[in-house]
Amino acid sequence: MIELHHISKTFRVARRNAGMREAVKAFFRREYTEIRALDDVSFTIGDGEMVGYIGPNGAGKSSTIKIMSGILHPDMDKGTCVIDGLVPWKNRKEHVRHIGVVFGQRSQLWWDVPVLDSYELIRDIYQIDKPVYRRNLEELTECLQIGEILRTPVRQLSLGQRMRCEIGASLLHDPKILFLDEPTIGLDAVSKIAVRDFIRRRNREHGTTVILTTHDMQDIEALTERILLIGKGRILLDGSLSELKSRHSGVRKITVSHSGSDVPEKLPAGIVCTENQPGQASFAVDTAAVGVSEAIGMLSGLLEITDLSVAGATAEELVVSLYEEFAI
Amino acid sequence: MKLYLHYLSIHLRAQMQYKTSFLLTVLGQFVGSFTFLLSILFLMNRFHTIRGFTTAQVLLCFGVVLMAFSIAECFFRGFDSFAGTISGGQFDRILVRPRSEVLLTLCSKAELSRIGRFAQAALVFAYAIPSSGVHWTWDKILTLIFMVVSGVALFSGLFVIYAAICFFTTEGLEFMNIFTDGGREFGSYPIAVYGERVLKFFTFVVPLALVQYYPFLYLVDQAEHRWYALTPLAAWLFLIPCAILWKVGLRHYKSTGS
Repeated sequence: MIELHHISKTFRVARRNAGMREAVKAFFRREYTEIRALDDVSFTIGDGEMVGYIGPNGAGKSSTIKIMSGILHPDMDKGTCVIDGLVPWKNRKEHVRHIGVVFGQRSQLWWDVPVLDSYELIRDIYQIDKPVYRRNLEELTECLQIGEILRTPVRQLSLGQRMRCEIGASLLHDPKILFLDEPTIGLDAVSKIAVRDFIRRRNREHGTTVILTTHDMQDIEALTERILLIGKGRILLDGSLSELKSRHSGVRKITVSHSGSDVPEKLPAGIVCTENQPGQASFAVDTAAVGVSEAIGMLSGLLEITDLSVAGATAEELVVSLYEEFAI
Repeated sequence: MKLYLHYLSIHLRAQMQYKTSFLLTVLGQFVGSFTFLLSILFLMNRFHTIRGFTTAQVLLCFGVVLMAFSIAECFFRGFDSFAGTISGGQFDRILVRPRSEVLLTLCSKAELSRIGRFAQAALVFAYAIPSSGVHWTWDKILTLIFMVVSGVALFSGLFVIYAAICFFTTEGLEFMNIFTDGGREFGSYPIAVYGERVLKFFTFVVPLALVQYYPFLYLVDQAEHRWYALTPLAAWLFLIPCAILWKVGLRHYKSTGS
């Protein structure tokens, strides 16, 4: 159980303009600005939940993860964060025994030695009993299909292979909660799917709570029922993905290829041109005002249509429209 | 301790991948600090004694400080390059491990190539101990061991301070090298030769004189008091402010990037 109540985090950042003169000036007198990375953040996540934590760059995703994993102290005066009865930054050593953290952009494996050497070191760091370690390793090797690469030095692995090994390294000690900070960043399609499948399986079989930050909406769609949207340090939305989709389900996207003249400036009510290139155009149709078939009829009256497709809102577009809605 | 050895063996395995580089660094370390030894020898060749201390006696001082420094550097190297650990984000990883962050920082780097410097210190000892004119009794041998061990503690404390400052600046401050490398160089001679003020500084601020000069006086039978033999133990007090600074710094830790 993860409970955050009114957590804030302020950073003091030195600011200066570009250029040598400014650099010299800043050397003697610094100007600081306070940045609110997190502003009154509250949420509760139950055991075994899978939550997608989304928001644009710099919204405060990583700061939240770092507070929950005991790396950062939040602002002291107010707010509480209790995870399975422990305050992460106060009971750090005990708390981190029960969590696994994957930073997609940072490796925890040793560059020059085989993966297995890193794993054995992690075993000693977490003081995992040998039989338990062997069992976990066996299971992870099988699920992640890393048996053949365990004896390879990390520097010779592909990114996809390495990421699977990273995830394995974070689960050797059987954590109850798994934090994944952009785990699929830079991976190819096959590796992404392998990673997603594994995470889903882990959640189902071990009841591991998963908190996932990502910019890849397919991750969210494939893995999480619930999403938390953060922007400018505030939680803007906390709801299920399907709920969110139905909220925006009134909009359909029609893409047409056409031969001939430009898209006319004036369109019937309920149809908005979202993309206009020579020979191809996309329209957003508000189904509350116009039916889809009606809209197609209207469009074919206006354009020489050669091809046409209709799509509901994808998660990707949903998020863009959310970002627009909240102006972040 | 077991964990440290495990780390060490991995460091060793990693460094073995680059054999030539390793050997060259050892050699470089050995030759590098050789210049200090030579400068002492040239100087002593010209003047024979400094404040009544003979060459061998000065070398004994030099050996104590060099050995303490090289041992401390070998183990506490992780603190010396702590700025990189912070800005590279590896410290985040250290903090999500269920072990003391000091221990893991300690483990994060081991420079076995410092053996070069250590070997030189051992050589200096091999020469200075028999020829310094010290009448070696058990208590004096013990004092000498105290000197080295406390010296390790002192330099380790300096490395910790150096690292703790990184919490506030996220960059290492070069001026700290005045105390670490500078301390090693000042320690080449019995500290009193630099005058009263320097001696006071190295007694009360950075207690290098406690592990070098005062017990050294006891070794060469010039001590005003027998207690001088025990001054190295007082140097351990220096670790208290170091530990406090570290704790305060840790609370200020900001982490970097995403």
